[in-house]
Amino acid sequence: MKAFLLFKDRDFDLQQRLPANEQDLVQDLELNTLFGAMAGGDEFLFEVAKNCILSSLDNDLDTVLYRQDILRDCIKNSSLVRDIYQLAIEAIASEKEAYFFTFFSKYPSAILGRSIKVLYAFMTRLRKLRNIAKEHANQFESEGFRSFFAMLVKELSDEYFASVEDHLKELELPRGALISAELGKSNKGINYTLRKYQGTKQSWLEWLFSRRTTPYTITIDGRDQVGTRTLSEIRDSGVNLAANALAQSCDHILGFFKMLQAELAFYVGCLNLHGQLAQLGEPTCFPLPIVPSARRHSARELYDVCLALTMKQKVVGNHLDADHGNLVIITGANQGGKSTFLRSLGLAQLMMQCGMFVPAESFSANLCDGLFTHYKREEDVAMESGKFDEELSRMSDIADRLTANSIVLFNESFASTNEREGSEIARQIVSVLLEKQIKVVFVTHLYKFAHDLYDQKMDHAVFLRAERQPDGSRSFKLVEGEPLQTSFGLDLYTKVFN
Amino acid sequence: MTFHSILFERMEENPEKALEEPEFFINLNLDQVVKAITAGKQEYNLKPFFYVPLKDIDSIKYRQEIFRDLQNDILFENIKSFAQKMFIMREYLKQRDKLYYESQKKRLFLDAVEIYCEAVDRLAQDLSATNLRSRGFRALREYLTGYVGSAVFNLLWAETKKLLADLSSVKYSLIIYDNKIKVRKYESEADYSVEVEETFQKFKQGAVKDYRVKHDTGVSMNHIEAQILDFVAQQHPDIFSNLDNYCSKNTSYLDRTIAVFDREIQFYVAFLEYAEELKRTGLKFCYPEVSDQDKEVYDYEGFDLALAYKLIGQKLPVVCNDFYLKGKERIIVVSGPNQGGKTTFARIFGQLHYLASLGCPVPGKTAKLFLFDRILTHFEKEENIQDLQGKLLDDLVRINHILDQATSNSVIIMNEIFTSTTLDDASILSKRIMEKTIQLDVLCVWVTFIDELASFSEQTVSMVSTIVPENPALRTYKIVRKPADGLAYAVAIAEKYRLTYNSLKERVKV
Repeated sequence: MKAFLLFKDRDFDLQQRLPANEQDLVQDLELNTLFGAMAGGDEFLFEVAKNCILSSLDNDLDTVLYRQDILRDCIKNSSLVRDIYQLAIEAIASEKEAYFFTFFSKYPSAILGRSIKVLYAFMTRLRKLRNIAKEHANQFESEGFRSFFAMLVKELSDEYFASVEDHLKELELPRGALISAELGKSNKGINYTLRKYQGTKQSWLEWLFSRRTTPYTITIDGRDQVGTRTLSEIRDSGVNLAANALAQSCDHILGFFKMLQAELAFYVGCLNLHGQLAQLGEPTCFPLPIVPSARRHSARELYDVCLALTMKQKVVGNHLDADHGNLVIITGANQGGKSTFLRSLGLAQLMMQCGMFVPAESFSANLCDGLFTHYKREEDVAMESGKFDEELSRMSDIADRLTANSIVLFNESFASTNEREGSEIARQIVSVLLEKQIKVVFVTHLYKFAHDLYDQKMDHAVFLRAERQPDGSRSFKLVEGEPLQTSFGLDLYTKVFN
Repeated sequence: MTFHSILFERMEENPEKALEEPEFFINLNLDQVVKAITAGKQEYNLKPFFYVPLKDIDSIKYRQEIFRDLQNDILFENIKSFAQKMFIMREYLKQRDKLYYESQKKRLFLDAVEIYCEAVDRLAQDLSATNLRSRGFRALREYLTGYVGSAVFNLLWAETKKLLADLSSVKYSLIIYDNKIKVRKYESEADYSVEVEETFQKFKQGAVKDYRVKHDTGVSMNHIEAQILDFVAQQHPDIFSNLDNYCSKNTSYLDRTIAVFDREIQFYVAFLEYAEELKRTGLKFCYPEVSDQDKEVYDYEGFDLALAYKLIGQKLPVVCNDFYLKGKERIIVVSGPNQGGKTTFARIFGQLHYLASLGCPVPGKTAKLFLFDRILTHFEKEENIQDLQGKLLDDLVRINHILDQATSNSVIIMNEIFTSTTLDDASILSKRIMEKTIQLDVLCVWVTFIDELASFSEQTVSMVSTIVPENPALRTYKIVRKPADGLAYAVAIAEKYRLTYNSLKERVKV
């Protein structure tokens, strides 16, 4: 039994390796703000959100669409989904409770006893889960939920629950343990195996019979410690395999609940975020993902979800029309919303790829298989390398990891040397990336670099400029336009020194 | 040819008495080497085998052939599995002697015989399937084939198998309730763990923890288990009376030649396992050509076994060294900076010759070595609070003793003698000893701080421990053949402090 709510055909792996540039992505895209909003203070939700979003670059188109459908169902039935999530949590907690006293037990009888207890608790939750499935299945439309509910109904019939209960009762060994054995090396008993009494009726006779003393009965005196111990050892050896099987069954069911919890946690996180954005009056939409090999990138009213969450208010959105191309160059006024826009592109890409809604009125892009950020960094405190050195070293790391359909987001890169050198390096690097069909979004003040590219009049290249109102104020809107030689830094200077 | 021993082709070579470690063992670190080789194999008491150097070339070849055969991995594994079975057999017998209940003792004896038969039969089959070149293994194969084909062995094994099959067919049930255990016959009731697994099959999620508890109560029984066994025996009287007869009939089942082989083959196994550990790090072993006539010896890429073993344990690299003696050359005089590996080099020379005399492979890529009549070593004894006169005297007495014993077929290792006197004294005394050594025409390695010894005569060869000129503190542990001028490293050290001619002239601007 598998929940399969994140992938159609496989489990979610919370231990999977995240991309090597995980830390850069988190830092540059302010991802912790996003995870935090999804988690709402819950560590586990945070962990799952982080894992899902950072691993989303591996998802294929089908997975993205599969999750979008499930998420739509979740938004529609949010309280039911939260109920199921809660059931999973309760089941997991009940197992922990039973473990509390017998965690270190080395005795199969104790393992058996504990497992029986845990299974009773699990069965209660499984029955509730099955009932939800039975009652509400028709409120759900997604393939994911439909097959999940169908599986619950099919596998967990009333007969099944009854047979499990029979077994659990029998395993409490009310009639004593029937154990078979053979002669091993040195003629000691081996292969002690717990046996099932044959037939219910018969075994009641058996029970009476077993209490009768025969010539082959050994009765152990209460003061005989060795004898008493031997008796329980043989009993333990006999119960060993059955206890193991039962304990492993517990683990399997626990595994099922844990997987259910982990997979739902992603959607619960999405619900949390959805609620907060709705409260801010921010729009969200389900994006249109395109195959990785195509080149699409367009958006209406795309905003930086992290900025909105931090400011706790609606923020400025921007448009992008960069279909068919690989290059977006963003220049213009300082404090004009360039970095914010760059970040919103990265965030929207990741959110789309993990099956979420995106912060925009509409959004469509091809899936990418690598997302890299190359941002300005603080001066290296350890003084181990110069700043330009450090920048190039990070660029070299990225170059090592680039894949065919990657996106690289540059934010004021190669500016730690003079403009001419910086431009030349940037030009050389970007030329190679474009030849390799890698998507580049580059926020820069390097005029020569930006303008030389502009002069090339490349098809489908997009040049955006952060707007400056004639009075020097900023609208945070980006408009298409030729790179300018000034970034209006004087405006800021004036603002600060007045 | 009849098979006697895998160590000696002829009976008369085999020294029966237990032997003491040879005197030079500690100086050459051979005590550590043998300890490491025989570690974990104490029960075979292998050390005495390492105390007896062979006296003729043919005996050495007999062992080298066996070593070569054993380098066939399959054969080596076959031998190891034979040894493992014989070990288990002995364990069973040991346990039997400790046990109290008869029906258990007898079963252990049966188990021991079973594994013995299996071991011998398997080995005979394995050897028949192997292309053997050594005289030793061929003779053993012939012996085993005869033994395994004999009526005695076949009867023993047939009876053993029959009895074991009967015993393993015994199956019984226990009903445990309150403080009672009831023994009765088994009635094919269903295994509960299978039922449980089937019931919960649908939840299977991949690998989970194994909750099976290992019950290791040892072999012995207590009175309850014995009583259960008694009841089981009473329910199967025929099988258990057969067991009684079997035991009294077969007390001397073990073949003596096979038992001796089981111990002696471990000499080879132990050495090869030890060598294998070193080989894994890239070190080499080879079969030396051994001569009792020709004193032109050489070894390339040799190393000190004891040191190498220690270094690889600490994951440190091992430095190999070469040597050769040609024509009239007999004495290698080793000088150079301290801590440069001089003593190690001297030990290598000694260890290699000794191992060769045991018939063992030796460290190195290729080697030719001399079959000595004795190895004599003089290493400085630990510093102790004696007056200098006493120490020097002691040195002289010991060296005199060495020269008395030495013949032209000996190997002598001298390590830093006469350190407890003035340089002049040491020089004069050393030269006297050197003259005597040369007269003996003996193979010798001589570690000294006295440079003049290196160019004493055409019989002496100078070898020097080396340093890296840029960083004299760094040790190379390389000993190379070159004149002992003592200048190369002195210059390097001076340069480091900018005290050479050119540097000093530049610094001092007057």
